[in-house]
Amino acid sequence: MSTLFKDRPVWAERPSLPARAAKSTTLAAIAVVIVFPLYVVILTSLSPAAAVNSAGGLVLVPQGISFQAYADLFGGGVVTRAVLVSLGVTAVGTLVSLVATVLAAYGLSQPGSLWHRPLLFAVLLTFLFAPGMIPLYLLVSDLGMIDSYWSLILPTAVNAFNLVVMRAFFMNLPQEIGDSARVDGASEWTILTRLVLPMSKGVTAVVGLFYAVGYWNAFFNAILYINDNAKWPLQLVLRQYVQQGQQLSSSSVIGNAVQGTASAPNLAIQMAIVVVALVPVTFVYPLVQKHFTKGVIIGAVKG
Amino acid sequence: MTERTATTSKTPPPSPAPRRRGGRGRPPVVPDHRGGRPSVRSGPSLPARLRRDWQLLLMTLPAIGLLAVFHYTPTLGNIIAFQEYNPWDGVLGSPWVGLAQFERLFTDPRFWSAVGNTLTIAAVQLVFFFPIPIALAILLDSVLSPRMRLVLQSIVYMPHFFSWVLVVTLFQQILGGAGLFSQMLRQNGHAPLEIMTDPDAFLFVVTSQMIWKDAGWGTIIFLAALAAVNQNLYESAAVDGAGRWRRMWHITLPGLRPVIILLLILKLGDILNVGFEQFYLQRDAFGSNVSEVLDTFIYHQTLVTGNFSAGAVAGLVKGVVGLILILLANKLAHKMGEHGIYRRA
Repeated sequence: MSTLFKDRPVWAERPSLPARAAKSTTLAAIAVVIVFPLYVVILTSLSPAAAVNSAGGLVLVPQGISFQAYADLFGGGVVTRAVLVSLGVTAVGTLVSLVATVLAAYGLSQPGSLWHRPLLFAVLLTFLFAPGMIPLYLLVSDLGMIDSYWSLILPTAVNAFNLVVMRAFFMNLPQEIGDSARVDGASEWTILTRLVLPMSKGVTAVVGLFYAVGYWNAFFNAILYINDNAKWPLQLVLRQYVQQGQQLSSSSVIGNAVQGTASAPNLAIQMAIVVVALVPVTFVYPLVQKHFTKGVIIGAVKG
Repeated sequence: MTERTATTSKTPPPSPAPRRRGGRGRPPVVPDHRGGRPSVRSGPSLPARLRRDWQLLLMTLPAIGLLAVFHYTPTLGNIIAFQEYNPWDGVLGSPWVGLAQFERLFTDPRFWSAVGNTLTIAAVQLVFFFPIPIALAILLDSVLSPRMRLVLQSIVYMPHFFSWVLVVTLFQQILGGAGLFSQMLRQNGHAPLEIMTDPDAFLFVVTSQMIWKDAGWGTIIFLAALAAVNQNLYESAAVDGAGRWRRMWHITLPGLRPVIILLLILKLGDILNVGFEQFYLQRDAFGSNVSEVLDTFIYHQTLVTGNFSAGAVAGLVKGVVGLILILLANKLAHKMGEHGIYRRA
């Protein structure tokens, strides 16, 4: 508790004990409400069959550990494939998005460059209205991208907000650096990759994370554009087998590798799918967290 | 023109002093040609500017191209709202029906029910969701230990990065009829919880989900505003004998006021966008009477009837009303001395 209240400015009175207790309790309760479901889910996915059966459902108290559910999932069935699809779409999508966004953000960041105003206007205008679900669906369909992984990437590849955040960051960098490099004959490409990007690691990481999380979590795109179950990303599998509770027990679903061996209880497998959807996000975002405020706020203010 | 200042009302960036772009060995281009000023024309000729800036233009091409194809082209595609569109004949071959689709939409009770649900959800969000990030930010801001703050911030930001499928699944596992609490209740001889399928509990459940997912993330902007409050104000107020509540009322809240007003106005412009996935995912559980919002209505309208024009017309109406709301909200923001999402010319 004392760590909560160090470095109090001299003029501030010390809060009363009940006030401190109330504050700590509130904060602790908020943390518990967020962390508790994750704890239960992770614990259940790691519990041996006996523990799940004796709990009659989700497991609250650890009773041994078993990786059977994960072994089943990654035995080569639907979930394995969905994880690969999601990883692939996320990796390629983030790359496409970052490249397009960084290039355009830099291209529009030089004051007075040719046509930068109408081009920027065309970017900003996308904030004001969405094209509409049905016309976009028809376009994707006309382009022959139904059941293609590109349908999960290209329609959402450029996010105007991310672009504006990056552009604002680039415009805040000292202009003289680029100018002097230009005098020395450097191309814009060289200036961007050798000078500007190394100074923009934080904002690039944040924007990259936003894109990556977007692709990893994408659900609606896949509902619209992917009819072929074999191409489903993880979020659709999560919905089908966990949220809607479709049974995963048949060998065609889990994969042939586990046929004949004892498989984990259905609930543990379901929770393992949840964990697989959860873990990448949970582990990547703290690495970038320290840049959030800077990236988000600078972008918001400077746009 | 419309430079955007997205989400805060902090002082706009001072217009950068006219910068000179070096002309690659040539003497710098004299007066800087920022838009609208007559000096634009007195700058170098178009071929010269093209020769100077072609690399920059090339760099914007991929992003502009993607937006042109996947934003502007489908926006034009909304003309099928004036047709009886069928995929075989395409946009060019389908018959034009004037405003018939609009008539059909406006006389469809399911459309008005979706409008009602959307507005209800938006109103409930405004009353019950909106204040929470403000309170949470003030609470977090009062935590003095940097390490403790970082841990708490990491925890409260986290659910923002979960997909709606994941959030809905987690809620089901804990509060659903087969979830953790129901399991405990059943083991003690009680009836299981039914709130995840009870239409009367729908607004409570979806608002709780929104709070769980995004209230923490919503604090970012308020924490930044709090950090910008002049700390000397607090000190002098304390010296003058103002207690902590009076300091909060007279210093903290006025410090947050511009951000609060701006976000409220933005919310107003965004009132028809309550989200799609959260409602789509729970439509079967709660029933479409309460959970059908405009976006899910558009989706099911087209999916069930196979009538693309019927979905497109609803989307177009929503888009146009949304655009008007944003423009009105901005006007309001300007009236109140804020910057809105774009500055006035």
